[in-house]
Amino acid sequence: MRYLPKSPAERDQMLAAIGAQSIDDLFSSIPERFRLRESLNLPGPYSEAEVIQYFQERAKEGSVGYTSFLGAGVYNHLRSVVTDTIIQRGEFLTSYTPYQAEISQGTLQAIFEFQTLMCQLTGQEVANASMWDGSTATTEAVLMAERITRRRRVLVARSLHPEYRDVLRTYAKNSGLHVEEVPFGADGTLEQKALESAIRDDVAAVVVQSPNFFGVIEQVPALANIGHSSGALLVVAVTEGVSLGLVRPPAEADIVALEGQSFGLAPSYGGPFVGVISTHEKFVRQMPGRLAGQAADSHGRRGFVLTLAAREQHIRREKATSNICTNQALCALAATVHLALLGKEGLREMAAQNLSKAHFAMNALVKVPGVRRAFEGAFFNEFTIVLPRSVETVNQQLLHEKFVGPLSLGSFYPELTDHALVCVTETTTRTEIERFVSALGRSLGRN
Amino acid sequence: MSDKITKASRHVSQNEGLIFEKSSPGKRAFDLPPLDVPAADPAEALGANHRSEGVAGFPEVSEIEALRHFTRLSTWNYAIDLGMYPLGSCTMKYNPRVNEFVARLDGIATEHPLQPEVLSQGCLKIMRLLEKCLLAITGMDALTLQPAAGAQGELTGLLLIRAYLESQGDARKKVLIPDSAHGTNPATAVIAGYQVENIKSDSHGQIDAEKLRELVTEDVAALMITNPSTLGIFEQRISDIAAILHAKGALLYMDGANMNALAGVARPGDFGVDVMHLNLHKTFSTPHGGGGPGAGPVTMKKILEPFRPVPVLVEKAGGELTLEQDRPHSIGRVKAFSGNFGVLVRALAYILAYGPGIRQATEDAVLNANYIRKHLEGVFALPYSLPSMHEVVFSDAIQKQNGVNTMDIAKRLIDYGFHPYTTAFPLIVPGALMIEPTESESKEECDLFIEAMRAIAAEAASDPDIVKHAPHTTRIGRLDEVTAARKPILRWSQGRK
Repeated sequence: MRYLPKSPAERDQMLAAIGAQSIDDLFSSIPERFRLRESLNLPGPYSEAEVIQYFQERAKEGSVGYTSFLGAGVYNHLRSVVTDTIIQRGEFLTSYTPYQAEISQGTLQAIFEFQTLMCQLTGQEVANASMWDGSTATTEAVLMAERITRRRRVLVARSLHPEYRDVLRTYAKNSGLHVEEVPFGADGTLEQKALESAIRDDVAAVVVQSPNFFGVIEQVPALANIGHSSGALLVVAVTEGVSLGLVRPPAEADIVALEGQSFGLAPSYGGPFVGVISTHEKFVRQMPGRLAGQAADSHGRRGFVLTLAAREQHIRREKATSNICTNQALCALAATVHLALLGKEGLREMAAQNLSKAHFAMNALVKVPGVRRAFEGAFFNEFTIVLPRSVETVNQQLLHEKFVGPLSLGSFYPELTDHALVCVTETTTRTEIERFVSALGRSLGRN
Repeated sequence: MSDKITKASRHVSQNEGLIFEKSSPGKRAFDLPPLDVPAADPAEALGANHRSEGVAGFPEVSEIEALRHFTRLSTWNYAIDLGMYPLGSCTMKYNPRVNEFVARLDGIATEHPLQPEVLSQGCLKIMRLLEKCLLAITGMDALTLQPAAGAQGELTGLLLIRAYLESQGDARKKVLIPDSAHGTNPATAVIAGYQVENIKSDSHGQIDAEKLRELVTEDVAALMITNPSTLGIFEQRISDIAAILHAKGALLYMDGANMNALAGVARPGDFGVDVMHLNLHKTFSTPHGGGGPGAGPVTMKKILEPFRPVPVLVEKAGGELTLEQDRPHSIGRVKAFSGNFGVLVRALAYILAYGPGIRQATEDAVLNANYIRKHLEGVFALPYSLPSMHEVVFSDAIQKQNGVNTMDIAKRLIDYGFHPYTTAFPLIVPGALMIEPTESESKEECDLFIEAMRAIAAEAASDPDIVKHAPHTTRIGRLDEVTAARKPILRWSQGRK
């Protein structure tokens, strides 16, 4: 087997050195009746070429050749080949969590840079590296708010990503948290009156997403005021990080839970992505996850170490702030490289292109007879439209014309049948948008 | 540098500041294609939500500077690609490069988790085949691929147990955890809403079955066991342990972190385990990447199957695969979308490369650990003498007499060209040296490691200071972690060095 570096003779020499008669001797501590005598029923062994062939065949069953208008927490963005070149360097790819700082400075400094970039983007003072994804980061942010406020009620915007709400509910069920939903208003933003009447001094956190699941940007400062007036913390989830190149950061939030997939990570059928929590310095000891900090050696040379580990499971066990251990480090590195490449101007330009293309698409779509915009609130690169027919039927027809149509909201929101969430990023060309708009028109024109 | 060190010699590495310190306004490393639609005015489109300036402090560098920056940083890391990385419990094995290649194919990396299922059959088939392989390896009945890492797998497993017990009328209060367990076990039990009761290992480092019988009351939901334990020792009374729990209606959870000792040799499903997680980034070779991403699939017996997280992958009549959302007994979702799919792809590529030959990998891993044990026994103290499987745990008791502890030895190992072993874990061994070579090491590399460990032991006796102040050959020495934690600096700021 090509991955195993031993010849039969070497195996024999090693067994002899140990004083074992056969390899079976080394497994003698497993009771005889549990030792497998037959080979496992597994496909393989495959040569490298056969492995590649298997996956190429699966890849052919995918969406290559289709133009997609899906977003909803997973976005198509341009990525430089430099990012992938860097994260495939063995020194990054095949290293462990940097507990041994002296031979892990590459990873540690990159984490420190990641934390800095995340603070700059989200307008917060400290950021961790990292959480599993945006959904678990949002949940961990709520658990963190519970620890800080010692309160148990959580008010969650109904316009938070439905799968994020599901994850939060799974975790909340056994930790004594009471999760209540706050509705959205006619413009698609959180209904502030409903929040005002629901909030009391037993609320740990108000949780909103911005831009929210419908693409609409929330009024973060106003929501922070309402939350803070009762001593609740405001948690803001961000699923589309590129928005932060143009949209003002949620600086008034107490905790930001960011999904970093938009920063150089492929959609990859839903993961691996990278979650981040950023917050105020005063809350850092209640934060979950890894943190790299600056330190010095005895000669005064600057270096970086994992720090504040007293929060973590390997030190605190049942009293830890979270059970997270393995995180998404390589994805965080990809995001760091990607953002360093984009830089200040590149991120701004990418955001501006998303804004322009999404607005161009929206303006064209609402000219199709029967199509209207669902919410008037400001949006970045996603928006919701209402179709005169079932979204599923329309999408079925669009699929024949090689379009993956917008996300049907009806399965997530029974009150939003015929609503569709359209996403347009810098990767979608004007021609594709125009072809899509006319295909949609043709589809709606049919009986 | 001493000439007695065979594996490593010194070489020059480049200095490099933070990316922010290299920044100069107006430089950029990335160009977009020109905008092909009319430009929207951000102030008009976004109103008061408009960020008028770019992100303050963001770096501005050219492509070559960015590439060199991260390449230079990379040279400051140790890695499996450079040599043995004997971190006990972490299973640092070779990460096959073909796995990286296939995970990046168009049609795999490009797929959107919410796209129509008719376009997702390739991805779903990958998941289906991986499910079948993992069930065959663990001897279980059902599984979920959703958990993002081992710790989330643990949580999923405990929530399955809770849901099952609730369906029997009582979720119960406590989870038993041996004192040798990973820290994630107790941390997870608390999130699942259970009280943790730690149980003491016996003098052989095993679970005392008689004592366990007393501890398992009607309040106990489960025992979380790691098998082989973190000492690298198989729990010989595992089926008695399972029987004790089952007799009281409690379940047996297995932390699968050490599955690299069992794959192809024995199946947890056969020895009484009800539910377990696997760390695909350990046993199944997906890269650790400096701390992730991983994946923590959970395999289980039939009684837990109705409670699996949604969505559940099912095969429709006619063979089409679908993700079923409507499962009334499900514990719910633990993560958005379909798990860390890209990690699942790599794990399947690994399994396909071995096929049933995965047993040979397990055998070689156990062979390496025992070879190292044989050559270091007596040089280092062995606190528990039962047979080792994939890893061996020594203590620093002998070297302590000269004031040298496990951390010192670990740091000195760096000078000899190796990554340290795991220090100070498991907690039941004072001054532990936890060594897991994995199957990826040749006899030659094992011999070099043994030579290095013996040389360090000799230094600890003759010249303890050289060990206590190690490493001597790295870019930086031991960092002041106390000050770093007391006055944390967690981000770069303009003007601070």
